[in-house]
Parts: sequence; C-alpha cells; structure tokens
Amino acid sequence: MAGPITDPRTPVAGADVPKRRGTEALLLGFAVLITVVAQCIVDLTITGSLRPEMAGFCVWITALWVAAHLAIRRWAAYADPLLLPSVALLVGLGLTVIHRLDLASEQVDATATREDAPVQLIWATLGVALFVAFLVVVRDHRTLSRYAYTLALIGMALLAIPALLPSSLSSVNGAKIWIRLAGFSIQPGEFAKICLVIFFAAYLVDKRDVLALASRRVAGMELPRGRDLGPVLLAWVLSILVLVFERDLGSSLLLFGIFVVMLYIATERSSWLLIGVVLFAGGAYIAYNVFAHVQARVDTWLDPFAYKNGAGYQLTQSLFGLGTGGLFGAGLGGGRPDQVPVAKSDFIASAVGEELGLFGLVAVIVIYLILVERGLRTSLVARDAFGKLLAAGLAFAVAWQVFVVLGGVTGLLPLTGLTTPFLAYGGSSLVANFVLVAILVRISDAARRPATPHVAPQRLGDAPTEVVTQ
Amino acid sequence: MNAPLRRVAISVLVLFTLLILNVNYIQVVRADKLRNDPSNTRVLAEEYDRERGSIIVDGKEIALSTPTPGRLKYLRQYPQGELYAGVTGYYSLVYSKTRLEQAENDLLSGSDPRLVLRRLADLFTGRDPAGGDVVLTLDPAVQQAAMTGLQGQTGAVVALDPSTGKILGLASTPSFDPTKLSSHDPAAIRAYRDKLSDDQLTNQAIDQRYSPGSVFKVVVSAAALATGKYTPDTQIAAPDKLTLPGTKTTLENFAGESCSSTGKQSLLDALRISCNTAFAQLGIDLGEDKVRSMAEAFGIDDQKFDMPLKVAGSTLGSIDNDAQLGVSSIGQQDVQLTPMQAAMIAAAVANHGSLMKPYLVDRVTAPDLAVVDRTEPEEMSKPISSDVAKDLTQMMTAVVANGTGRRAQIDGVEVAGKTGTAENATNASDHSWFIGFAPADHPKIAVAVFIKHGGSTGGDISAPIAKSVIQAYLAGQGGN
Repeated sequence: MAGPITDPRTPVAGADVPKRRGTEALLLGFAVLITVVAQCIVDLTITGSLRPEMAGFCVWITALWVAAHLAIRRWAAYADPLLLPSVALLVGLGLTVIHRLDLASEQVDATATREDAPVQLIWATLGVALFVAFLVVVRDHRTLSRYAYTLALIGMALLAIPALLPSSLSSVNGAKIWIRLAGFSIQPGEFAKICLVIFFAAYLVDKRDVLALASRRVAGMELPRGRDLGPVLLAWVLSILVLVFERDLGSSLLLFGIFVVMLYIATERSSWLLIGVVLFAGGAYIAYNVFAHVQARVDTWLDPFAYKNGAGYQLTQSLFGLGTGGLFGAGLGGGRPDQVPVAKSDFIASAVGEELGLFGLVAVIVIYLILVERGLRTSLVARDAFGKLLAAGLAFAVAWQVFVVLGGVTGLLPLTGLTTPFLAYGGSSLVANFVLVAILVRISDAARRPATPHVAPQRLGDAPTEVVTQ
Repeated sequence: MNAPLRRVAISVLVLFTLLILNVNYIQVVRADKLRNDPSNTRVLAEEYDRERGSIIVDGKEIALSTPTPGRLKYLRQYPQGELYAGVTGYYSLVYSKTRLEQAENDLLSGSDPRLVLRRLADLFTGRDPAGGDVVLTLDPAVQQAAMTGLQGQTGAVVALDPSTGKILGLASTPSFDPTKLSSHDPAAIRAYRDKLSDDQLTNQAIDQRYSPGSVFKVVVSAAALATGKYTPDTQIAAPDKLTLPGTKTTLENFAGESCSSTGKQSLLDALRISCNTAFAQLGIDLGEDKVRSMAEAFGIDDQKFDMPLKVAGSTLGSIDNDAQLGVSSIGQQDVQLTPMQAAMIAAAVANHGSLMKPYLVDRVTAPDLAVVDRTEPEEMSKPISSDVAKDLTQMMTAVVANGTGRRAQIDGVEVAGKTGTAENATNASDHSWFIGFAPADHPKIAVAVFIKHGGSTGGDISAPIAKSVIQAYLAGQGGN
C-alpha cells in the first residue's frame, strides 16, 4: 500500500511503522455519522421531515471523505491519522449549521430560496479535489521551497490586489479584502497566508544562522544586530499596509503573529518575540489613535452593550445567543442563531454555542486544538528544517486564526474580519485551508515514514539546513 | 528548533484554554443575565413557538392564538376587537403585554406551576406544550350593552354580581383593536400604536379615579344610618345656602335650586333629590372619623387591589377642617373613586351590606379543558349591617322611582340607584355618574356608569346606560 516500487523512499524491510490508516478510516466514519445525524436532526426539528436531497447529501459527503482517505492511503500512507478526521468533523458541522441557517431564512421569508449549504458543499468538494491533487503532484514537500520567492511574490500580489482594485470590486462591509468578478467573490488573503508561510519557512531556514547567531547582549538578553531587523520590520510594515489599505485588522494581526512565531522557532531566540510584541504594541497604539475603525472596534469590544443597537449589535446578539444556549444549548434547530448578523460566516461559532451549548462549542475548540497540536507534533518529528518550520507555521496559523476569531465572537478580543477555518461559510477560506491541511499531511507522511538509505538518519535537532533540490 | 516548538505548543494550549474559560464564563456564569436581558428577543420569540391559551367569555374565545406560517409560529388574535380590549390587553412583539395577557401570562404561556404535571406529560408524549385557557366571568350581553351605551363618550361601565363579586361587565371607551398591536409586523404595530390616544389605552374603569360627586352621598348616608341616630325619615337641615364653617364660602345646591321650602327634609328626600347643603351639613355633623371609617369599610382606602387586573386605589383625600369635610361629603374636594369602586358601593348595599371581592377570572383550565383552578367568592368587608342596607335600598329606590335617577326606571323591575354630577376642573365639563342595582328586592346586578366630562347630569346621560345594561343582563337571566 506504499508508493510505487520506484519510489526512493520505500521503507526498508524491518522498519515496521504502523500507518494507522485504519484508525483514520474509523474516525472518518465517525465524523460522517455525526454529520449525517446532525443534518437529520436539523431537518426534523425545523421542517418535521427529511429533505429529499438528504440521501444525495449522505452519499456525497461520504464519497468526499472516502476519496480523501484513499488518496492518503495511496500517496501519503504514513500521514498523521487525526488530521483528516478533525477536518472532516469541522466541515460536516459547518455544513450542518449553514444548512440550519438556510432553513431559518426560509422560515422568515418563504420566498427566500438562496441556499448556501449546497454551495459550501461544492466548495468542500473543490477543496478535497485540491487536497488530492496536492498529494498527487507534490510528492515531497521540500519541492515547495524551490518556489519560495515565486510564492512570496504571489502572496504579496494576492494581498495587494484588493487594495488596488476599486472598492466596488473589493469591498464588502467596509473591509477591502475581496476580489469580486463575474458573480464570484474570492478572499485572496486566505491563499496569500499559505504562500507567505511557505516563503517564511524557506527564507528563515536559509537565514536562521545569521538571525540567530549574530547578536549583542543587552540587559541579559541576546538582541539581534540592527541590520538583521530588516525582515521583521518588513513583515511589520506589510501588516500595517494591509491594515491601512484593506482595513483588515484580522489578516494584519494574523500575518505578523505567524511571522514572529516562525522567526522565534527558527532562531530559538526569544528576543524576537519581545521585539515582535514591542512592534505589535507600537503598531496597535498607532492604529488605535489614527484609524477610526480600529478605535470603534476596540470601544465596542470593551463595552458592547453600550453600542447594542449600533456597532455592538453583532457582538451583543452573539453573546445573547451563547448565553441563551447555556450548558447544553437549544438543540440543533431549536435556537435563534439567525438573529446574529452574518451568522454563517464570521459568527458561525456563536450559532454552534447557541444550539449545541457550552459542550458543543468547547468540543469544537478541542477539535481545533487536536488539529493544531497534531500539526505541531508533525513539526516536532519532521526530519528536515524546512518541513519542520513549514508545519509549525501552518499549524500556528490555524491556531492563531481560531484564537483571534473565536476570541472576537465571544468578546475575549476585539472583533476582526477573519473566518473560522473549515467551519464558516466561504469558498476561499475552505479551499485554502484544505490545501493547508494537504501540506501538513504531506509533511507528516514524510516525517513518520521509516527512514530510507537515501536519507541518512539524523538527530531531530540537527536537521539539514540546506534545501535538497533536484 | 524543538525547544521553541514545544513552547509554542504549550502557548497554543494556553490560548485555547483562555478561549474555553471565556466561553464557560459567558455560557455559565453570565448565561442567566444574557438570557434575560431585555434586548435579547430569543425568549420572547420562544413564547411565540407555543400555542398560547385562549381567553374565553361565555364559551367564545375573545383572545386566541392561531398557527401562521413564518418564523413566529402563532399569531394572537382578538375576534371581538374593541369590545374586550380593556380586559384582554394586547400581546405585542414591540410593546410586550398588558392587562390579562400580562396578569395571566404564566398560565396562558403554559409556564404556570399548576400546569407542571401536564407539561411533564407533554415531554414524554412529544406533544408541543400549550398554554391553559382563562375563562372570564363577563356576560357578553352586559359588555355589549355597556359599550353601545358609552359609544362616542370617554367613560366606563362596571357591572358586578353583588352576591358573588363576579365582574359581569368591564367596559371602557374609547377602545382600540388589540389584534393590530399583536401582529408580527413591528412597523405596522408601531404605526398603529402611534395613532392611539392615552384615553384609548387607559381602562377608565380601573386605571384612574375621578371625583364621584353625589354618588358619594350613599356612603355618607350609610355613615349616618350606621350611627343608629338616623333613619330614612329623620328630618335633617336642608338650607338653600350653606356657609361653610370657618369660611365665607357658601355652598349651593345644583343649579341654585332650593331643597325644601321649610329648610328641613327627611334623609330619604335629601338623597332622592341629591341635596348638597343637607349632605354637607350631615357630614359635618357626623364628623370626619365616621365618614372616613365608613368610606374605608367600602374599600375607599387608597389601596390598589388585583382582580387580577390592577385596580387603582380610591381615596377620600385629606380633610383638614369642617369646611373641607362638608365639601367632601358631597363627593367633591379630594374624594376620588374608580368606577370599579363606585360599583362596589352599589354591590355592597345590594348584598345586604356585605362587599364581595370583585373577580374577573371564573376558572382556568389546562389545554385539555380540565379545570386547574376556580375562583371562590370571597367577602372583602362588611361595611354596613343588613338593616342599614335595607334602609339605603329604600332610599336609593326612591331616587330612581321619583328622584334624580328617573331615567333608570325599568318597567316591571324596581331599580335602586344614585346619580352623580361632579365638578372637576375649572373650564371642564362635569363627570356624569350613576350607580345602582336591580331588582331592588332581590338584586342580581350592580352597576356603575361613568362618563368623563359628560357635560350633563348623571341622571340624564348615565342612568339610561345603567338601565340598558341591567335590562340586557336580566333578559339573559330569563326575564325579570
């Protein structure tokens, strides 16, 4: 069941590492079961009968995960068995909640026929297709580092396009983060995020010795030389530009956070974290004082109820939903999650919290935690520095994004415009995150695959710094 | 790179723990506060998911919930519209609930503890929990006669069954259509509400108190008779003009008329023609204590009570000297009664001196129509002895037979009553009152009719309304 016999990484005889594909299949079956049962509960609670498309949906969703699972068996047999099932559960739950909100809008207006759940299912299908394609095409994640600078350019371009486009083509609810063409809306930031993480990984692996070693000791702390501050300052400026030109607090915070953490992991210098925090604090202070929209966000965050009929409406409605849901929730179809504006995308977590209660919402958070920690574990066991840093960057990207989004929806942090990975409605985000997981799967496959004579055994902390090309 | 990686992994764990702690704080610690926040419409919306119970008069639903398509599953409707608006109130998305919809909300919504066992059963049988029904004591013929009589006026009619306290009629005009305030369209609700006047939203019978004028003379007569020193035939002073003690103000009779050529008349005649000077002097002779304690015994004690709608407290006001006592004794000065209180005076006299507590809800039933609770008649007080009641009945019968209340006469039925025409504000027309009961020898109904700024005497415009209300009720009782 391993790759073709010509694959140079075919395991040597005797190295019997469990592949754990059976575990993955079992967990996927579990995820499908939960999805289908949840879908049935929604239909039965709200309309009293199952929708005619239910059978088709069950077949479709099962086929999706079977396809993804078979692709892993074929092309990434040693991959971590928890990554895909976590994603499957989140996507299934997201589809269910979106379907539930579709039904809610039909209840309000019987003529409303716009259904987002089927669209999301198509995006999920596209995501799985890209997931499989990635595994087929990219047999070795190290190939990606070859395209680091190209990807950096693409990432920057994707970030910049909405800022350069006229507002009519790029602005939705004040944030200029879209490309809207011919009825399609793409949020290029989600793809830019992945491109930039790949670039960061390749770049930092390349430069980490310089960034780590050349330092001065100031007040008991190793501080980098002035000229080595270049890259971090560049990332900071980039983030500020995103904030200024796209009014996108979330992406700005996300990119900068990812970069600083990757810099820290690459160099093992905590001084970078300190510099990052100082820069962040400075940026945040300036942003708060200069940009009215940032100020408004912070004010609403501090006291949402003072603005409950205006800027704080969304957040207070979200909190009402969560509070009404309580411990066990109103049950799928039993609450009023549609009272929160844009519940399908930004505020989908509050819909989960209202209908599945504290237990449901914490379960979702824990699934994210599993996904992230499996990603970080992949990073720990990865044998090459690039793979290590890339896996860490991607896993942290998911963690940071989930923290910022859920923190916003629950009032822990100011609201940002980020989407909830895998759960929320939105094609770009879903497809991009499937690619993200494909990369993690690819790296974890390489990490857990028994060593071959072609790759000399190495100590974990001593992975090669140069990128193997050709 | 593994050491920082491990630290990042732990940091992620910390971040997620923060998220989970915060969610716990919101969904557990703050849950109740958030759930019950007035801006949180979820709980209200939930109410609309249940079939709310009906309010029923004589077997007919005057408020009911009907299933509708749309997000809110049930629509509240009031088929009789304005007829019972002051009783049912409304059940509004925008303006909450009023009157019985508010007072009996627990039962109507199904959350009343008396329905708990049935709700448990619903849980197991999977039926949608529904609310219980509230069956009223009102008589539709009485209510209709009252509303018809009041048409075009601002006023109220209260009709009681004197022997039980059952409220037979509770009418207030001008009225409104509660169905329009209970729709599911907030904009339409607001638009309709903005057009309603204060008078329309006030239940004149119970929300407000007004100067009763001569109606109050019944209470002063009762105080006099209760002393044992007076009988209906006792001759009392009835001058043309009375100079109030300690002042230069003179009190005159209605339209400056003379009560008696001799300056004296019987207590019965003084009430029959509603002689102001006689009653002012009588009140002064009795003293504040006797007048006040009799008023309090009838319920005029500044205390609100529930029936279950809230009834404003009626008051004698403060009386500082004999001059004020004299004016108070003819129902002016600071004396103010609700029409409900006025009806209670008539009812107490009719019921041999025993005042029964008025009640509007006869029984409440579970969704399966089983009776959950029934109101038992209850004596509120016994202001006068049956002998005094008998004397008062004789005097009040004379008022209708050949006094100021002639227009309340009914062929073949002896009606007892008292008129009132109360000055209130300068430049405003007088309030027109009538209280009474019938048949005088065996009372079945006691009424109070009040017309705000009626502009004419109680005998002229209020007595005929009382007459038609009494007739409507007695006709329904098999003719009498």
